Amino acid sequence: MEPIIIAFLVLSLIAAIFAAIIYFVDKQFHVDEDPRIDLIADKLPGANCGGCGYAGCRNFAEAIVKNNSLDNLFCAPGGNKTMAEIAQLMNLEAEEKKPQVAVIRCNGTNENCPPKHDYEGIESCGFANFLFAGDGGCAYGCLGLGDCVATCKFDAMYMDPITGLPVVIEDNCTACGNCVKACPRNIIEIRNKGPKNRRIYVACMNKEKGVYAKVNCSVACIGCNACVKECKFDAIKIESFLAYIDYQKCTLCRKCVPVCPTNCIVEVNFPIKKKANIDLANDSNQNIENN
Amino acid sequence: MLKTFPRGGVHPDDCKISANSPIKVAPLPNKVYVMLNQSAGAPAITLVKKGDHVKTGQLIAKGEAFISANIHSPVTGIVDKIDQITDATGYKHQSIVINVESQEIWEDGIDTTNDLLTDIKATPQEIIEKIKNAGIVGLGGAAFPTHVKLTIPQGKVAEYLLINGAECEPYLTCDHRLMLEKSEEIMVGITIIMKALSVKKAFIGIENNKPDAIKQLTSLTQKYSNIEVVPLKKKYPQGAEKQLIKAITGREVPSGKLPIEVGCVVQNVATAKAIYDAVQKNKPLIERVVTITGPNLSNPSNFLTRIGVPINHLIELAGGLPEDTAKLISGGPMMGKALSNTNIPLTKGMGGILLLPEKLSKRLDPYPCIRCGRCAHACPMGLEPFYLEKLIIKERWEEAEKHWIMDCMECGSCQYTCPAKRPLLDYIRLGKNKVSAIIRSRKN
Repeated sequence: MEPIIIAFLVLSLIAAIFAAIIYFVDKQFHVDEDPRIDLIADKLPGANCGGCGYAGCRNFAEAIVKNNSLDNLFCAPGGNKTMAEIAQLMNLEAEEKKPQVAVIRCNGTNENCPPKHDYEGIESCGFANFLFAGDGGCAYGCLGLGDCVATCKFDAMYMDPITGLPVVIEDNCTACGNCVKACPRNIIEIRNKGPKNRRIYVACMNKEKGVYAKVNCSVACIGCNACVKECKFDAIKIESFLAYIDYQKCTLCRKCVPVCPTNCIVEVNFPIKKKANIDLANDSNQNIENN
Repeated sequence: MLKTFPRGGVHPDDCKISANSPIKVAPLPNKVYVMLNQSAGAPAITLVKKGDHVKTGQLIAKGEAFISANIHSPVTGIVDKIDQITDATGYKHQSIVINVESQEIWEDGIDTTNDLLTDIKATPQEIIEKIKNAGIVGLGGAAFPTHVKLTIPQGKVAEYLLINGAECEPYLTCDHRLMLEKSEEIMVGITIIMKALSVKKAFIGIENNKPDAIKQLTSLTQKYSNIEVVPLKKKYPQGAEKQLIKAITGREVPSGKLPIEVGCVVQNVATAKAIYDAVQKNKPLIERVVTITGPNLSNPSNFLTRIGVPINHLIELAGGLPEDTAKLISGGPMMGKALSNTNIPLTKGMGGILLLPEKLSKRLDPYPCIRCGRCAHACPMGLEPFYLEKLIIKERWEEAEKHWIMDCMECGSCQYTCPAKRPLLDYIRLGKNKVSAIIRSRKN
């Protein structure tokens, strides 16, 4: 016989034996997997950001199928659209959530909170936080070393070299919450984006008494209660000398903004008021946010 | 052949420029700021209120937690306020501010004479009780409450007492001067600790760059026969607990365990002196010796000063802040921490204030790691700092834990020796912080 025919037959025989083995193994060790997991995973953005609390998008899909409900399960990058599609797949009702965005609750720019020291260590807020209070001396403010920027998977943040503070790019931010976890000082908060992307929040985390808060930073919240008295909707609370605006209750009336003596309440994306009594500091805050 | 620890270590320049300056008593400022969190562990709870008149040595804050130390008034005066004061890191902590009165009145029962009392009347329990009441903490730098350290856990036996007179940090000379000027008191203090622990043998480890201290204490060992002075080869970090044990006894403390595991208890010489004061003279820990030094300081000195004195007062006494000062360090240049301003008060754990000019303090730009392995060679704990750095950058905390990151004592030998000037210790400290948080969450 021709050697080529022998080779052909031998190889065919080997192939047939392996095919049989593979067929047997496939039947014997078959794992039943819900086909919906793959379908849901296809719908998800696939960024594996971990914002939902699971390690990756597939784990999130598995969790939905396993729980057979969408309680406490929300894909922030995908948003309401993705969740509605998933709900349709699962024959469930998706809870409609308002679009959210990360906000930086510190306005301690190099101008407002001038640096007093020269930090020389590694570029890590986590490290600097347990080393010292920060360049500006504020123990609650932004350290400006960019842990939040490094953790963002959606290119939604950058450090502004002039102000020394991180800036959120609203269009890219998916409110996954990774920056909130990365910040050692809990400065970043996920808040409702608001109608026409308009928001009001207190850009300060300083819990010290007003006298001390003002020492390092000109725009620190001093806990004076002026905004609380002005607010008719009970949206502002003061806790340990720090005001907090509840975005669920806030109606964006902007009455609290002009009464703040230190201009620590920031309004974003509002048209500039024509009245002269709004001072320039607020406008500059707004510009920073708009950048 | 002089003894030393076998693994790793570096040889930084001595720079003990204040070694020949005798201990001076620093005059009191107008105000002192007594921090409530001076020791490791929980902060003390204040017992006085605004407007109270306090005597020197009066108990003003009580350490109620297990790991916590009492705090006594370092001066006579009136409590001005109890408020948040910026500490060395820039963070604020609760402190008692006292306006100092010129007429000093000591609390009753405190012996303020300089007479040497060698006769130890107290029983071991009384000694530990007195140390606890006097608020004594380890004066070497960590400020761990001494009474906790001297309470031997059940089932363990202390065999040797090691006294740390190594003072391996460059620039610092406070322990050196204390050994020269208060040698008898230190010897009595050591005898007291030996009685409290019921150990038969004590060693004082002193590096051989202090021959006068070795000579002086050795001459006293004829009188105190169960204390032995061990001259050690000069090598950093000889004063670290585990390294000192290895150097003197040859024993190795297992990873994650305390020195009592190998039958040793380590105390600093300054702590021995404070224990002498507390037990023999009923004097609480309200003063310590501090080295104020720096290459450009006009008058580098060692001061006997009260706790709570603002350090700028001490710097003024040492000749004032030199103009080119770029960095202030509390402690030595190797392990010390940079200070955020000069207005912070002295705490029990501060052994020295170092003022460095820009040339000596500025970090150089790091280059990529060339894998020369010098850091691993220099590490006294036998770790691989270059590898740990990589793991931390990649946020692989679990793997870093497996590579014994928690054994690092932050001596900084790796960073000192790195030819690429990599910030190895910064990363390792960040990693230790994260890993210890993971370990804590695992326990809960």
